[in-house]
Amino acid sequence: MTTATAARGPVAQAGSQAVAGRRRRGIAKAIAIAIGVIVVWEGLKFVGGTPWRAPGALPGSPIIWRPPFYWPFANDVALPHVWNIALTFGQPFQRGADESVAQYLLTSALYTWREAAIGFVVGALLGLLLATVFVHSRLLERALVPYVIASQTVPILALAPMIVIAFGPGILSVATVATYLTFFPVTIAMIRGLRSFDPRAMELMRSYAASRMEIYRKLRFPASLPYLFTALKISATASVVGALIGEDAGQVQAGLGRVITTFNQYYTSSPERLWCAIIAAALLGVAFFLVVRGVELYTLRGRPGAAEG
Amino acid sequence: MSTMIDSQPVVRLQGVDKTFQRGNQPETVALEDISLEIRRGEFVSLIGPSGCGKSTLLRIIGDLVPPTRGDVIVNGKPAARARQDRDYGMVFQAPVLFDWRTVEDNVKLPLEVQGVDRVRRTGRAREMLELVELQEFLRHYPYQLSGGMQQRVAIARALAGEPAILLMDEPFGALDEMTRERMNSEVLRIWEQTGTTIVFVTHSIPEAVFLSSRVVVMSARPGRIRKVIDVDLARPRNEDTRETRRYFELVTEVREALRARRGDPTGQAIEDELAISAERTLAEGSIG
Repeated sequence: MTTATAARGPVAQAGSQAVAGRRRRGIAKAIAIAIGVIVVWEGLKFVGGTPWRAPGALPGSPIIWRPPFYWPFANDVALPHVWNIALTFGQPFQRGADESVAQYLLTSALYTWREAAIGFVVGALLGLLLATVFVHSRLLERALVPYVIASQTVPILALAPMIVIAFGPGILSVATVATYLTFFPVTIAMIRGLRSFDPRAMELMRSYAASRMEIYRKLRFPASLPYLFTALKISATASVVGALIGEDAGQVQAGLGRVITTFNQYYTSSPERLWCAIIAAALLGVAFFLVVRGVELYTLRGRPGAAEG
Repeated sequence: MSTMIDSQPVVRLQGVDKTFQRGNQPETVALEDISLEIRRGEFVSLIGPSGCGKSTLLRIIGDLVPPTRGDVIVNGKPAARARQDRDYGMVFQAPVLFDWRTVEDNVKLPLEVQGVDRVRRTGRAREMLELVELQEFLRHYPYQLSGGMQQRVAIARALAGEPAILLMDEPFGALDEMTRERMNSEVLRIWEQTGTTIVFVTHSIPEAVFLSSRVVVMSARPGRIRKVIDVDLARPRNEDTRETRRYFELVTEVREALRARRGDPTGQAIEDELAISAERTLAEGSIG
């Protein structure tokens, strides 16, 4: 047994080193892909874009490169220069404003994240509740699951205005739209997850004369956690989408969804700003995803394969 | 250790039948007219070819499967009552540890369900892990242990709730021969230390003889008790016991009891079945 302990240390260490190595390689790959996208983007503009001027220069300043072709999709309105998008982050978000686009987007993103997070939490709890009811009652499962599925075939764009009429404009409606997109993955995954225990573990719990509640708390729910986190990672990004759509329909005067709508109206005069808002929305989704992933890694530590997901 | 064996039966089975009905297929008789008494502190093995219903019988004793007919009395009460009173400890062929719990927390599981307070839970869990000699591994997770160690954790967990009767369903069936023999000595030591009544399902004749105070030999289709053999080997038993003459005689007696089937005087069919069942168990390899 002592030999076993001695042998285990280095093995576990090698394991965590391998995980760290994989993570480093993952980050390196993501950066490589981003560089690749920029190269293709600017390559298209180099061959078929609008004549190039110095980064951040006004129209009329000297031309530094004349592309041989002219492709409409690669002009400065459809596909602004990467460096001009980057520079826009530092500019005032509207004429005469003290706040830069980056600051403005950060404030808006935090506002949207709050709505998304409310929708995420409520949606996750609703999904968990529904799945819990369904795994304990075949009858209710058969009767209601088709409606749960049908609910997701209705386009959210059609539904959002109705939700706003029902709950009135404001954050409540936005959070409801986010909830609507969040509960579904959790419900479906947890119907599986809450049944994913080893059947002999159920026999074991029965041999202890454990109550349904104890079986749920000590077997069904812990066994379902890998499924729950898979669903929550989908829901985290879906809740951001829901909040963005909800802000527009719900006539909320703040948040990234509002910013995207506004910047969209001024697209032809300043396309870079909309691209900044899109990047901010994407980063918000990724950030939320990573938060959930972090909680997953912490919660599932010690389980074999937890670091893989 | 004969002082531990008093006359009051812990388990009394009377005329137990079990038939299974699946869809519109003809019903299969898994067990027929099983009557058996197990006394306090006894170590009883159920042995027989695959399909003889020995695992089903174990589950009927543990009130995990209802009998079709007959009475199951455990500790002087119906089996259902005994289960409610938490009289049972179960050990399966696979350890069935909860992989999100540390070794210590796995052993605490039955105590949590019983509502034992935190301090006593910890004390009891440590005591049980000491009994199976895994006290150094209490903070490990199951996947960090070998198959034999995992099974010892499962035994510690089964004993933690101080069950009146320990039900073991081919607990060492998926282990290699060396580990299995070590585990046999281990379980004997634990049985002698705790005085728990053990019902042990196996398809290994040497294992059944080495461990048991009585071996119940069963036949298949339908599952019946063919013979009950008293194992009068001296205790404490150890590795030397496996080399005594009496041990070989008893192994032969069990083997012949298994063979004695109408129309099969050589018993080759039974031997084959035992071998196949053992191979299948190893192939399934449910202990990692």
